[in-house]
Amino acid sequence: MRNLRDAWDYLTTGANWGGPEGLWHLLVQQLLISVTALLAAMLVGLTLALWLGHLGRAGFLSVNITNVGRAVPTFALLAILVTLDHPGTATFGPYGRAGLATLIALALFALPPIYTNAYVAVREVPPAVKESAAGMGMTGSQQFWRVELPLAMPLVVSGLRLALVQVWATATIAALVAGPGLGTLITEGFYRTDYPKGIAAAIVVAVVAFLLEVGGALVERAVDPNRKGTEIRATPPGGRTADAVGT
Amino acid sequence: MPVTLLAEDGISIQPSCYSRLVNKWYCTDYLKDRHHDLTSALGQHLQITAWSLVLGIIIAFPLALLARRLPRLQGAILGSATMIYTIPSLALFPLLVPFTGISSKAVIIGLALYALTILVRSMLSGLSGVPEEVRESARGLGYGRTRLLFRVELPLALPVIMAGVRVATVSTVALTTVGAIVSYGGLGNLIQDGVQNNFKAEILAASVLCVVLAVVLDAIIVGVQWTVTPWTHRRRSA
Repeated sequence: MRNLRDAWDYLTTGANWGGPEGLWHLLVQQLLISVTALLAAMLVGLTLALWLGHLGRAGFLSVNITNVGRAVPTFALLAILVTLDHPGTATFGPYGRAGLATLIALALFALPPIYTNAYVAVREVPPAVKESAAGMGMTGSQQFWRVELPLAMPLVVSGLRLALVQVWATATIAALVAGPGLGTLITEGFYRTDYPKGIAAAIVVAVVAFLLEVGGALVERAVDPNRKGTEIRATPPGGRTADAVGT
Repeated sequence: MPVTLLAEDGISIQPSCYSRLVNKWYCTDYLKDRHHDLTSALGQHLQITAWSLVLGIIIAFPLALLARRLPRLQGAILGSATMIYTIPSLALFPLLVPFTGISSKAVIIGLALYALTILVRSMLSGLSGVPEEVRESARGLGYGRTRLLFRVELPLALPVIMAGVRVATVSTVALTTVGAIVSYGGLGNLIQDGVQNNFKAEILAASVLCVVLAVVLDAIIVGVQWTVTPWTHRRRSA
């Protein structure tokens, strides 16, 4: 219990937040790398999922990608990526070799929730709605942009939120392979038996994860076109697909 | 040139695919020489995974029943479960250390908490999927609450519950590796050692074993489910 009190002291000491090794700097660093990875995963995953979902093809992928992602330990993937001899990675911006490994691992782990949710969201738009859109003379792309995408939006955003929280969690683990971010304080605290420091960083990580989750939920509610009444639902029975199996 | 000879000699004595000079990803000599490391890490991994799942199921079951009985509590239970889920494992294990000390308990409790969130959800949705008519016929036949639960509702909810158990198992196996932060990570300990010493064969062997373990446990659960729910597949052959 004394560790817990010391951790609180660590958090309330202003000096621990400033400087290049401070909590604030590491927090921003971890947020930056998380958002970069999320954008990379969105570019690939979202485009592919929305397109395939619109065409209604490759449904098996949306099931299997999640299962595979779940069985591969984040830590193992990080370890392999950081030990791999890929050319020209001795320096990668300010984060070094472990930074690039982290970025790749994060983007890979963000893919399954983004892909699966977006694919399911577009697929689950009620056929009656699509038929009426076609009946009104909409072309395929008009149907997608004006009907399918708005209806799919809540579930798509829910996938993004899931991915962001997961990426944040994974970015913490990156410290086990000397990656950037708040995790470094956690591992350092444990290896040097400075437990209060490790616990303090863990508290910050948990609080930010919670804030990301809550913020995501608010965005999710804001983009729901059905919020104000009508009954068309793009959400599959059972609600959001909770697949962000903790990392 | 005696020096070179000596050096070459030194290499030839060493195992062929891992040494100070050779560092291959796939290395059978490593598997042969260090199989004790691998089996003991695998044992620890299995033990931690199994205890967390057992603990998770033991806590999840009464919670699910409670949430079902009191719909008002349902939101609170599911909400707090989701909240636990957002805490990254690397942060959760250290947060448990003040209560458990540095031991496998910190990892087991942390993993049980993660498993709990998946299990409560699947138990609730499994139980609520039991048709009301079935419940009523059972009551009409004189089934009490407990007997109704164990003889009618649970068996019918089993496929959904087992789906949750599978997800929980596979993710627990993967997450156990992070326990390396408190030195109780099973195969994760080997992965960490491999990263620190830049030992590729060790990293790959432990990682592959980890995935294999997840797949094997998943297959075992599917097998168990198949044998305990004969009604889900007997109809077709009859």
